[in-house]
Parts: sequence; C-alpha cells; structure tokens
Amino acid sequence: MVNKNNIGSRIFDLCNIVMMFTFCLSILYPFWNVLMVSLNDPSAGNLTGLSLLPKKFTLENYKNVLSYPEIWNGYRETIIRTVFGTCATMLFTTTSAYALAQHDLPNRKFWTVIVLIPMFFSGGLIPSYLNVKSLGLIDSRMSLILPGLVSIYNLIIMRNYIMTLPKELRESAWIDGSNEFTTCFRIIIPLSVPILATVSLWTLVGHWNAWFDAIIYINDANKMPLQVVLRRIVMEGSSQMLNQIKAEDFGSIYPTAIKNASIYICTIPILCVYPFIQKYFVKGILIGSLKG
Amino acid sequence: MNKQNDSLRFQLQQYLIHWDLFLLFIPLLLYLIIFHYKPMFGIVIAFKDFKLTYGVWDSEWVGLSNFTKLMRTPSFIRVFFNTIKISLLRIIFGFPMPILFALLLNELHSARYKKVVQTISYLPHFLSWVILGGIFISFLSPTNGPIGSIMSSMGLTPIYFLGNKNWFVPTLIITGIWQSVGWNSIIYLAAISGVSQELYEAAEIDGATRFQNVIYITIPSIMPTVTIMFILGMGGILNAGFDQIFNLYNEAVMSVADIIDTYVYRRGLVEMDYSFSTAVGLFKNVVGFAFVLATNAFARRFSEYGLW
Repeated sequence: MVNKNNIGSRIFDLCNIVMMFTFCLSILYPFWNVLMVSLNDPSAGNLTGLSLLPKKFTLENYKNVLSYPEIWNGYRETIIRTVFGTCATMLFTTTSAYALAQHDLPNRKFWTVIVLIPMFFSGGLIPSYLNVKSLGLIDSRMSLILPGLVSIYNLIIMRNYIMTLPKELRESAWIDGSNEFTTCFRIIIPLSVPILATVSLWTLVGHWNAWFDAIIYINDANKMPLQVVLRRIVMEGSSQMLNQIKAEDFGSIYPTAIKNASIYICTIPILCVYPFIQKYFVKGILIGSLKG
Repeated sequence: MNKQNDSLRFQLQQYLIHWDLFLLFIPLLLYLIIFHYKPMFGIVIAFKDFKLTYGVWDSEWVGLSNFTKLMRTPSFIRVFFNTIKISLLRIIFGFPMPILFALLLNELHSARYKKVVQTISYLPHFLSWVILGGIFISFLSPTNGPIGSIMSSMGLTPIYFLGNKNWFVPTLIITGIWQSVGWNSIIYLAAISGVSQELYEAAEIDGATRFQNVIYITIPSIMPTVTIMFILGMGGILNAGFDQIFNLYNEAVMSVADIIDTYVYRRGLVEMDYSFSTAVGLFKNVVGFAFVLATNAFARRFSEYGLW
C-alpha cells in the first residue's frame, strides 16, 4: 500500500508472514499430533517429542473404536437430532419470520417485543431443566430438539432479510389468489435461499456439536448422542469400552490411542464439510453484526 | 369509551382479516410461552423451598433466605471470585488478541495467503469443547503428550498442565485464545475493510508510514466496534466459559477452576439443591446485567460510543 520499498516495511512483511505461518502451525499441530497418535501402533512405543509421523502405522485403533456399539448408537442419535432438529427449526423459523416481517400482522409491534424479551432474560439452567422435566421430555429425543427449536437471533436475522424483499411480491401474489401459506412457501422461501443456507448450516453444526442438553436431559445410554459418548470415552474414562480393554489385554492397546481415534471418528464429518461451509458462517456473522 | 371500543373492534377485525398470517405466528408464540416464558416464571423457586413432590406453586415461600445463605456459603464466594478472576484474565489477555490478529492479517499482501490463514484460524470454532477438550487432554498429557515428552527428555519433570492448580488457569486462558482468536477477528476485519481508502491516500501524500497509518487511521476508525465488543465482553464477565471448563476441569484443580456455571450445574442437577442453585443463577444474571449498564455508562462518558 504505502512505502512498499522501504526496508523496515519489507522486514515487517517478512516477519508478519513468518508469524502468521507459525500461528497456523500452532492451530494445526495439536490436531496433527492427536491424529498421529491415533494412527500409531502402541506396541511400537509412544510417540515422543514433536513427531510428525507414527512410529508404526496402523488402523487397529480405529477398528477397535468402530467395533464398539456405543459409537454407532451415538452416530444414529446425532444424525436423528441433526436431521429432524434442523428441519423443524428451519420450518418454524421461516414461517414465523415471514409473519413477523409483514406490516399486516395484527399488533405487530407488541408481538415483536414479546419475541425479543427472551433474548435478554432467561430462566436459567435449573428452571429450564425443571420445565423440560415437568413436560415429561426427560429421556425423549424431543428434549434435544424442542427447547432450542427457534433461535431468536436467527429469527430476527431472517425477518430482516425478508423485509428487504419488495412488498409488491406479496401484493401481486394476493391478487393472483395466493394465500399467506402459498406466498410464504412458493415465493418468499425460494427468494431467501442465501439466508436459509446460512441459518440452516448454523443449526446443523450446532446440533452436531451439542452435548450439554443430552447430559442433563438424557439418562438412557441408548439415546446418547455422539458427543456425549465421546465425552465418556475421553474425559470420564469410565466407558465400558475402556474397562473391557483394561480387563482383557491392557498391554497391547494403549488407551490414549483409542481416545484419539474416537476423537477423530467424531470429528471427521465436520472436518470434511468445514472448508465448504465456513464461508457461509462468516457471511452470517457479518449480516448479524450489520443489522445489530 | 366509544372510541376505545372502536379501536378494539378494529384490532379484532385485523385478526379476522389476517387470520392466516397470524396462524403462521402461533407456533412461535406457543414455543416462546412453553420454553422461554414458563421457565422465566420458574425463577420464583429461588424465593421458595422447592420440593419436586410439591411442584413450583405449592412449595413453601422462604423470601430471601436462599440469597442470604448464598452470601454465607464459602464455596459460593470462592466460585464467584474464580469466575471474576478467569474472566478478567480472559479480557486482559484475550480481548486484544483478535484485534491484533486482524490488524496483522490486514497487512498481508497476498490475498490467497490471507484466505488460507483465516480458514485455518476459524477451524477450532467449528468443533465442540468436548472434542477440543479431548485434543488438549491428549496433547498436554505429561506422560504421552509431545510437550511432556520433550520436558522429560530434557531431564525436567513434565508439567501436568490440566491437573496442576498453578497451571490450570493459564492453560485455560491460552487454549481459550487459541480457540477463538480467528473467529473473533472477523468482526474487526469487517470494520477494517470499511475504513475509507481516501484516508490512507491522504496520509500517503503527507508521507505517513505504515505504522503511522495503523496507529492514526485504522485503530481510531475501528474504535466504535472495539468499544461495543468490550461492553459485550464485560457483560459476560460472569460467564467464564462453561463449555471449556466443564470439559477440562477435574478434582485436582477444583479450587481454582470451579466457576458459577459449573457450580450451579453441580449444586442443582447433581446434588438437586434446586432452589439454592436457581438463586445462584439469578444472582449471576442480575450482576451480569449491572456490569453491562456500568460499562456502557463508562464507555459513553469517556469515548462517546456505547450500545445505547
């Protein structure tokens, strides 16, 4: 930009490039190290120092983790909550955002305030837990979908987007005999694809990564989503799997390698889609900050 | 009276005319009532001696006794100060990092390199603290982790970063920065890209150096964003990062790592002391709200920027 040929400026550029490179390495290296330990055959010895490759390559750790039914159960539960949760969230968020965006909604100002209040005040952990309990949702898959069904923040972002579409669309649809439902689903939703993509990706990744709700609402071991299964393996170390390993042949299987393989088994889906979805996330954060 | 009746009738008519629009809004309304407003009224149990068998309404009123109990509970006072300490350290060390990162990133000439650095820096944001916690537990392990093994090969005793009272909080702060610096820089990068190019051109004519450009143009131009983020950060001072701590703490570091949110979880959902932990949660929300108001007043007084 300015003074490009200045020596000091060039030295700074070089330092900056090196610094950013080091920064990227510091982000990636823990991931790499954990991956290498998970691919290492523990019988060949632990990895030491800043090792870049496993001592003896093996997929045994992954085979072991995949042989355990808890992991498959977890995958099933996570996929169920992610698919149904995201669809339900998108359906309710778009229809209510459409309604809130119309000036014809009776008492629109009042209802908007009612919608906004929960953004600033909440009951907190215990009242929310007791509420779910009193609704009889404990141990139900619904407890992972319903309490967070509509994010007020996403609803407002979507309402603001719909409000930028020309009003004449709805008027001409009305003249052509369309009712509110067909206008919403046939005209407004197809025109809102960019914002729908962003919000549905947020919701999807949110469901995939969610764990705390399952810890408090789900006691049934068969309904534990993947993140909770992983937490049990890695943090509580009390999973049946590790106990079995300890009892059977502790010498040949090295729990850290198993833990690390489980981490990757839970992370691979996100890592695969990450490069393609991150730009939608960034777009979304910018839309939110401009309006807010 | 008549006028009031007319306006009421007009409003009712609106609901009849636009019944289909309102119908689209009703599911949201039901959701808000059941999952947001109902728990808000559930806060009354902070002023009651809640018993599951009696339910919220039939439990006995106890006034403010849960709050006086809270002030006299040493374990609460400890978690309160732990929370403040961890949050302040996060603000002192963590708050400037994304700003610095955005400024440095903005100085990179190659758009492609910038894109790659950004993409890598956002990665941890997309993973849960269950996964990141697992990664750090393995990576920082004194026996199997690379840092531990380097230390023992140098003849030092490996540090148990996550199991040592002196090291746990610094580890928390550093891994927290590691996780969020890239993502939090997005908003500052957007602010920087909004700075008028003419200012830099004018400075170039005046012979300003790059460093002067940053100090006298870029930083003052992004100050409104910085102030708003700071106020929001102060408002979250009693949220010391539940997800991260819950997935990293253990018995050995409980005395320094326990924060209000983990305390509410354990007292409320593990020990089932519902009324007391609701009181703790309410206390936390009220104090947090007061912090936002105070920081906002302070920011308006000294910098003319504020949330409102």
